[in-house]
Amino acid sequence: MTAVLLQHNKVQLALHELRAGTARPLLLLHGLAERTPGAVPAHLVAWPGPVWGLDLSGHGASSVAIGAGYFCEALMGDVDIAIAHLGPVTLFGRGLGAYVGLLAAGGRAEQVRGAILTDGPGLAGGGPSPSSPAVPTHLGPPPPGGTPDPWALYELTRDVRPPDYAATFARQASTRSGLDTAIAAVGVNRPPWLEGVIAEPGVIECSLPEALALFAAAP
Amino acid sequence: MPTTHPGARRPDRQRTVDSGGLAIAVHEWGEEGAPPILAAHGGFDFAGTFDVFAPLLADAGFRFVSWDHRGHGDSQHAALYNWEADLRDAAAVFDSVSFDAVPVIGHSKGGSLMLQLADALPHRVSHLINLDGLPSRRSFPDVSDHQRTKLMAKDLTSWLDHRRTLVDAQRRPGTIEELAERRGKMNPRLSTDWLRYLVTIGAREDADGWRWKIDPTMRFGGFGPWRPEWSMMRLPDIGVPVLAVLGTAPDPMGWGTAEADVLSHLPPAGRLVMLDDVGHFVHIERPRQVADMVLELVA
Repeated sequence: MTAVLLQHNKVQLALHELRAGTARPLLLLHGLAERTPGAVPAHLVAWPGPVWGLDLSGHGASSVAIGAGYFCEALMGDVDIAIAHLGPVTLFGRGLGAYVGLLAAGGRAEQVRGAILTDGPGLAGGGPSPSSPAVPTHLGPPPPGGTPDPWALYELTRDVRPPDYAATFARQASTRSGLDTAIAAVGVNRPPWLEGVIAEPGVIECSLPEALALFAAAP
Repeated sequence: MPTTHPGARRPDRQRTVDSGGLAIAVHEWGEEGAPPILAAHGGFDFAGTFDVFAPLLADAGFRFVSWDHRGHGDSQHAALYNWEADLRDAAAVFDSVSFDAVPVIGHSKGGSLMLQLADALPHRVSHLINLDGLPSRRSFPDVSDHQRTKLMAKDLTSWLDHRRTLVDAQRRPGTIEELAERRGKMNPRLSTDWLRYLVTIGAREDADGWRWKIDPTMRFGGFGPWRPEWSMMRLPDIGVPVLAVLGTAPDPMGWGTAEADVLSHLPPAGRLVMLDDVGHFVHIERPRQVADMVLELVA
């Protein structure tokens, strides 16, 4: 596995090449507190092209945001920095990466040729509306190596994800990508934001092999 | 070069506090041993915008403490900015002043921040003064889904394009007049002399001109899940005396919040004052009047 280092403002991002190739890449987005796996997972081997994985800010080999301030739209920006390097991609997001993948699919609809959303850590976030406010000034020390950043774990489990807000990103993906199906939900869990997304045109529920085949054939 | 303004006084003391590894610039007016009042400025402002208002409270016997939000004024620029981090920065400043309940003032974004802080840490707040910082649902126009989708596409593309260009980004340089003129577009009710004064304390002079100190990665507008009513819904929770001051004159930086929206959320110990012919910057347009209301509340 080789890594390319990219800069997103003050954060250095690690973009890992898991399998080389010349076709459109599958870009993996890990779950909360995870990192890019060391090899192409068995369930994704069927993807016919290259496979890359991005360590999101504060995760894996990417650097942390000093003083933190993580929010999912900024992580969408991480994905966009990777897209600027790779060109058009198909996204495969787990947990937190599923939500961030949805945002990126809406934000760069012409460049994201399908997004596959599945279960994983951090899928629900902070729910559909704000919870009781809290202002912790200290968390436990970061692990050796600095990631995952404890503030990322705290902040990205409290970020609010209203279903209608998430749905607007699905609508962006459907209307601007030119794809009949822009998003595939292949997991089991359905937090409110994902329910809102699934209700949108251009979003399907299917198996992972079906989603991989669908988007591999997409223009 | 204007380095003074009628009634303006620079802080008596300046220091920094550490907030999760970021240096937050703290500014204080008044005697160090006097009872403290903490004050949060609005978005894209800095503590120096209290240079006329703060001395009025300091001269009345208070230690007026404000701070530059992360990325603003003399505080360190961060990699990322969010509401939770701003609250933590505020708490770090509070910790550096007192662990007792103290009077708290917030203008605009700072008003919403302090409202949430008072809800989260009620034991740290004795009185809450909100200066035109109560956004409400009614103040945001409703648009059709189709329009919303188109507007959002533009916002998303613009925001992501901006994020791709942040490395080594700098604010546009200019003369004092030019920076004052730019700021005047968002602050049209404030005098040119005041805006020029703000340049001399909120910008730095580089070889090619003046630049606002605020982090160049920050920008107005955009998108996100936040809803204005999420701020207002915290107001009924507040159990300490509350003073809310709204300016009724239209202002680009203002929320346009209606009196009825606040009254329906005002807690029992709350008072709302509507100031006619005053815009968003109530403490800059009417410093004496607003300071007197604060003093009456905390007396």
